[in-house]
Amino acid sequence: MNSVVCIAQVPDTEARIKIADGRRIDETGLKFIVSPYDEFALEEAIRVKEAKGGDVTVVSFGPDRVQQALRECLARGATKALHIKGESGSADALGIAKTLAAAIRSVPHDLLFFGKQGVGTDNSLVGPMVAELLGYPQLNVVTHLEVGEGKITAHREIEGAEEILEASMPAVITAQKGLNEPRYASLKGIMAAKKITIETKTLPDLGLQESDIHHQRVTVVALELPPEKSGGRKIDGGEPATAAKEILKYIREEAKAL
Amino acid sequence: MAGVVVFAEVKDGRLKKASREALSIGRKLAQTAGGDLVAFGVDRAAAEEAGRYGAKRLYVAPLTAYTTGPFTTALKQLVDQVKPSIVLLAGTSNGRDLAPRLAARLNVGVASDVDRLEWTGGKLRARRPVYSGKAFATVEVSSTPAMATTRPNAFTAEEAGGETAEVVQIAGPASDDKVKLIETKTAEAEELTIAEADIIVSGGRGLKEATNFSLIRDLAHAIGGAVGASRATVDAGWIDHQHQVGQTGRVVSPNLYIAAGVSGAIQHLAGMSSSKHIVAINKDPEAPIFRVADLGVVGDLFQIIPALTEAVKKAKAH
Repeated sequence: MNSVVCIAQVPDTEARIKIADGRRIDETGLKFIVSPYDEFALEEAIRVKEAKGGDVTVVSFGPDRVQQALRECLARGATKALHIKGESGSADALGIAKTLAAAIRSVPHDLLFFGKQGVGTDNSLVGPMVAELLGYPQLNVVTHLEVGEGKITAHREIEGAEEILEASMPAVITAQKGLNEPRYASLKGIMAAKKITIETKTLPDLGLQESDIHHQRVTVVALELPPEKSGGRKIDGGEPATAAKEILKYIREEAKAL
Repeated sequence: MAGVVVFAEVKDGRLKKASREALSIGRKLAQTAGGDLVAFGVDRAAAEEAGRYGAKRLYVAPLTAYTTGPFTTALKQLVDQVKPSIVLLAGTSNGRDLAPRLAARLNVGVASDVDRLEWTGGKLRARRPVYSGKAFATVEVSSTPAMATTRPNAFTAEEAGGETAEVVQIAGPASDDKVKLIETKTAEAEELTIAEADIIVSGGRGLKEATNFSLIRDLAHAIGGAVGASRATVDAGWIDHQHQVGQTGRVVSPNLYIAAGVSGAIQHLAGMSSSKHIVAINKDPEAPIFRVADLGVVGDLFQIIPALTEAVKKAKAH
């Protein structure tokens, strides 16, 4: 049972965002991490490998810094890594999906794992787009997965309910928090990861035209910070009944919510 | 080549609120982009309501429960036939599942989770929160059609007073043999979800233990809101992840957000600071949550929340 995990490298969730030229974030001094939802995707693929054998290949499209993210995934238990070099920041979700789909075609796979969204760009688009491009079923926002003989069963989170879906393989799974508890890299894993060569490819290697990937369909024309909030009134809540009355007054008169 | 197609989702015989919002902004877009606003759905009973929100026609596919494959095929057929300028889907679970699949099949662009939309210079311009609300990106979708998913609560649902939409039956797609829906398990007491709620009452680590979430639930219930939670409480296993507000949870923008015992980590603030009215209750006067609160109350939530719940109940009884 071979799995591919597509990962995105994103700014640390604790980082403050600064804007560079009105269109991009300023990467100076910014710490990057593996997108948090991708960690659940990777963990699930490693568990499948531990139960059924096979490879876990991590794939990422981006500039050279993504090698660090791939290395981290290898340390946690992925067995192979593929870096597609390019400025993923100027590609829209479909451009990224086309790149990943082209790369995945040459990697043996039964299951494709993604995070349910890349934290930062917050699109929630790439996994299902890859599923469509490859003609596979998609199981989106998955909180539980069982891999059987030739088919998988997944629990999908929807508003106020949960769906249980059965799909044939190969299939695309997008991971939601709660799917598992991701492990940390062990020292042994970190040492072993150093011996693995990260394969690199370019868009032309994959038979793709730069012009179909970059600056197409959806383009960012402006990026701005939200207006700074100054904080409003602060009151002393030492007397609970009085505080409750004040809050209720605010709710009724300003929020007009009752 | 004109007009706007909106995926109209129905729940319990009514259009979902998020779909009514999508229809409302869709109607405005159709006024500038030209052409009609039309709806796509699977329930002809929605025709009257869809009409009130401005849809001229409701295209009905012979499908029942949502699964990705057949819905994609049906909506693709409709788009090929109608050739709209814009396709909108509400950012519900199903809208977010269907939009990327359809966009990839049409080879077009989609802007996700947008909170502003306009048609300008022959293109769809959208604003969307990125980095979990730490920044806003304005994007231009230049493909035909241009697609977007609308963020629940970001647009106002406004009736346009139109006639019942004309129902047009469309052909049914072949069934999907790759995915089968086995079962849908509804939560026992159906709770409002934070993504769609107008009011959210959130609890943080200040609650001290899982059972104290009952204080938050009681207030949420009294006020008619959804229960939110900070990441710390979710990671501690006090409450399910579906309630988590902020990065790795949900970015929300309700009319009223009440935070009790939430200190305000940067990820949480990013996820809720675009709420229209914010009340924070925290015993630490230096808590970062007060920086975004319109009304900050420095005090003991264990006393103030029950008092507030009682006050709300009394106010509602009158």
